Amino acid sequence: MSPTVTTSSEANGNVSAATARAAARAAVEAEKTGPQTITLAKALNTAMADAMHADESVLVFGEDVGMLGGVFRITDGLTKTFGTSRCFDTPLAESGIVGMAVGMAMNGMRPVIEMQFDAFAYPAFEQIVSHVAKMHNRTKGAVKLPIVIRVPYAGGIGGVEHHCDSSEAYYAHTAGLKVFTPATVADGYRMLREAIDSDDPVMFMEPKKLYWSKDQVDLDALRAEHAANTERGTSSEGRAAVARPGTDATLIAYGPSVPTALAAAAAAAEEGRSLEVIDVRSIVPFDDETVCASVRTTGRAVVIAEAHGFASVASEIVARVQERCFHHLAAPIRRVTGFDVPYPAPKLEHYYLPGVDRILDAVDDLQWED
Amino acid sequence: MTISADQTAQQPAQQDAASEAVRKFGITVEDYMLPARHQIQMVGPDGTLNPHTEQGTQPGHEYSLPGDAELLAAYEQLVVGRRVNDQNSALVRQGRMAVYPSSHGQEACQVAAALCLSEGDWMFPTYRDSVAVMARGVDPVQTMTLFRGDWHGGYDPSRHKVGIQCTPLTTQLLHGVGVAHAAKLRGEDTVVLAMCGDGATSEGDFHEALNFAAVFHLPVVFFVQNNQYAISVPLAHQSVAPSLAHKAVGYGMAGERVDGNDVVALLAVLGRAVKLAREGSGPLLVEAHTYRMQAHTNADDATRYRQDSEVAEWVAKDPLSRMKTYLTHRGLLDDDGAARIADKAEAVATQLREGLSEEVPVEPLDLFKYVFSTTTPQLKEQSAMLADELARDAASTATASTSKGAAK
Repeated sequence: MSPTVTTSSEANGNVSAATARAAARAAVEAEKTGPQTITLAKALNTAMADAMHADESVLVFGEDVGMLGGVFRITDGLTKTFGTSRCFDTPLAESGIVGMAVGMAMNGMRPVIEMQFDAFAYPAFEQIVSHVAKMHNRTKGAVKLPIVIRVPYAGGIGGVEHHCDSSEAYYAHTAGLKVFTPATVADGYRMLREAIDSDDPVMFMEPKKLYWSKDQVDLDALRAEHAANTERGTSSEGRAAVARPGTDATLIAYGPSVPTALAAAAAAAEEGRSLEVIDVRSIVPFDDETVCASVRTTGRAVVIAEAHGFASVASEIVARVQERCFHHLAAPIRRVTGFDVPYPAPKLEHYYLPGVDRILDAVDDLQWED
Repeated sequence: MTISADQTAQQPAQQDAASEAVRKFGITVEDYMLPARHQIQMVGPDGTLNPHTEQGTQPGHEYSLPGDAELLAAYEQLVVGRRVNDQNSALVRQGRMAVYPSSHGQEACQVAAALCLSEGDWMFPTYRDSVAVMARGVDPVQTMTLFRGDWHGGYDPSRHKVGIQCTPLTTQLLHGVGVAHAAKLRGEDTVVLAMCGDGATSEGDFHEALNFAAVFHLPVVFFVQNNQYAISVPLAHQSVAPSLAHKAVGYGMAGERVDGNDVVALLAVLGRAVKLAREGSGPLLVEAHTYRMQAHTNADDATRYRQDSEVAEWVAKDPLSRMKTYLTHRGLLDDDGAARIADKAEAVATQLREGLSEEVPVEPLDLFKYVFSTTTPQLKEQSAMLADELARDAASTATASTSKGAAK
């Protein structure tokens, strides 16, 4: 059978027809109201688009975020909708991106900037730590820096070196930064809107392995919730969520580890053990109240995170819970984290990442026999 | 605010700037971008005006002499600046200030940096640019808060459009780029003067700032005060470029070099750079050759890395004495005028002495107050802990003084 050959003009015609059909489908999709199944990527994209519609000072920039829509397509269509003044590509220089965002924020803008990958953000570390985090304090509140620094982070995608770091502890350790990390599609929308609304700088850590996770959400309901919160001056900022209620032990997780913790809880349920799962959501500020309320009820806890365990966010959570819940604990709090090794190559990463079995082993160790 | 859809044209901006220059001056692109063959100088160290032909003869590097009023205003600021430098150094020696990086010898650069800007423009200074900050209008005592040690900053940057004095080298240049970018998107005619030193040109953010400003075609004038040393390390260890001004051409912007101890030339060169930037030329780089007459700070010992003879050579090039000679010779300055200016400088010195001698009580709970605009439960908890410690300290002090009173 001879291959089908099309001339270039025919091909172009097909492409533009296909593009038109896609655009029409997208338009229908956009008008859809009520619950719909979307990805975390789409929720984040919609949050930025809605914020840009609502406030002209919201700008999006970074590497490849313009025509390409970002290497993960999170900024897809924003340049087309809002023009190259409001969503644009910068030269390839992370310190430049963050430093320029500082100046723009000093001069009335609300930059939402993308670091292409976790480990590519390190050249911007000085700007983040020395200026983004400190400017408000140095100027006694005269200068506010409403900057959102979006960082696709953590592993589980088979990425080669420098593409899978869990860098949240560096930022959480820096006074003056808020650190959010959504784990669900709805939170992707909700928390990014809140981050953009915040007058404080926010490190917005996006679990890249969850970008294509799907859930049924009602975007209009989320928009209405955001509008109502804005009106009341309330928000979900700094609140953890009970992702799954349970009575026997608490699994405390954030970002990419939340679905793993939920899977572990589901498996434990089959064995007759009821595990509560807390989604931390906001690392800074930290919701001691929700986390400790759960641990006081269950008396047992395991903290789960992909990052190295040593001197980590997981260590901080264990310390905080232990200080506040000591007399309610039936067993020492366990951690299930990444090993203290550089993030492994793709064929080795499953040995490194906290998985269901390792979590269940830790749960088994919580001195049930006593 | 109105941001037009496509202002951030990433079209060949540098070519636009260059072709504009080619059209304006009838010169080649290289002539426009490369600095003059010699640093621009108008008034020599002996205070005489250079012949017009020697002031700047190359096409695209011709500068006009600033007006008399501007020159007199600059001289007044030079004298005030010198007095401020010496007063602050004295206050450090007396233990009334933690540290002061003096710009003694660099006052011409400091003054010209402030005077070349309009009200709506922004300045992004370094830790050594206190005199420029004051010349821009920031209160002298507020400027010194940083160095007195009661807070890491003492003024509101947006009030005078002066960035907070920056210590991590060249990081502030990017902030200047961002301010200019935001202004450009809103169609405002703001120009930003972003300052750094010679050693700082080795930093990565120097490169990123110049490149961003050039690519986005922003109205930023980068002003490098080449005072020959980065603490102890001479310029030869930082760069082997023909001059720091030559670095501009690599970014597609124009560079210029100027005698940094000649305030007349500085006003002319910076004035034109600001004007070009405002007219849409894109960014420019100006390198001023000057000298840090004193040590890096009071904690430094300059005799370990430079010769007295070298310092003596620069004494002869002092920016104040040459300007005084020049203005006197021109008949613009007489003894009365000089006395009036000296009085003004003394008044600022008195303001600094009095302001900095005053014991300002620090408020410990301020530690927590400004970390975020919306605070966190963790900071509230820590703030309460410190408040409790303070209350107990106060109570025990009160008890101690009561019992002491009772014993008497």
